Amino acid sequence: MATTHKHPPYILIWVYLAVLTAAELGLAFELPISRNMKLLLLMILAIWKALLVGMYFMHLKFEKWNLRLLAIVPIPLALIFIAAGMSEHIW
Amino acid sequence: MSQATAEAMRPPFPAERGLDVYNKKLGMWIFLASEVMFFGALIGSYVILRFGAPGEWARPGVVLSIQITAFNTFLLICSSVSMVKAYAAIADGDPKKMNFWLLMTIIGGACFVGIQVFEYIHLVERGFVPSGVREGSELAELVAAGSLPAATMGLYGSTFFTMTGFHGFHVTCGVLSMLYLYVTKALPGKYSVADHAGIEVVGLYWHFVDLVWIILFTIVYLV
Repeated sequence: MATTHKHPPYILIWVYLAVLTAAELGLAFELPISRNMKLLLLMILAIWKALLVGMYFMHLKFEKWNLRLLAIVPIPLALIFIAAGMSEHIW
Repeated sequence: MSQATAEAMRPPFPAERGLDVYNKKLGMWIFLASEVMFFGALIGSYVILRFGAPGEWARPGVVLSIQITAFNTFLLICSSVSMVKAYAAIADGDPKKMNFWLLMTIIGGACFVGIQVFEYIHLVERGFVPSGVREGSELAELVAAGSLPAATMGLYGSTFFTMTGFHGFHVTCGVLSMLYLYVTKALPGKYSVADHAGIEVVGLYWHFVDLVWIILFTIVYLV
């Protein structure tokens, strides 16, 4: 017997992801903006898309805070690793 | 004696109570945390190598095809949506709908891998290999003409094939896992509203693979 629960708007999230991917593709072509600005915009779009997938498709938005913590705790470790590695080139 | 020890070591509360998720799901999240560190190391190494490279990196679109990969990215996003629709269908007690969406996800994932293999073959034919550029190839002529930087092509090739290769391996594992669940559990009707843990757990893995590709597509193909 089929019953309908309240689910997040998956199709709407899919449309967001498609539009953001199209925006990324547009940025890949030659535009009258600086390379750093393009890099910044591309990273913002990528993180935005990753957050949409994590929050809605992986349901992190609806999980308890301690499970969210389990999911995000390795990210600062990776950032520390990158920063430490890049410091080799700076100093 | 050993029985008494095992009893003493047993937690005084049901295992599900801690994070309020069942054990299979918790296990998948712990595995995904280790995967974040794995891909974090790969992406971190790429950023460090590119930041400290002895010269410019090849411009986007010269070696790699952005259009084909953008389509592949869209395909993976679509398969992520079909996976979550499969989960929603069985949570609503509709196994037929779940079977349909799960099959769509498997097809989407298989097409992604197929297109990636096609891309690899095309790149190798043009002379782009993990060690850089093959002598006498089309890309070697571009390097000689100064359209591609000779100094960084080796790093470019090794980082590209390592990151996308490991991701492709993960996608392949995901497709095989879903195919196994489809044949052994979904088709025989073993999933229900009360028991659909397998769909949720494999779905988490699939969305993670999609999430990693979103980052890889940007930093490898567009930057």
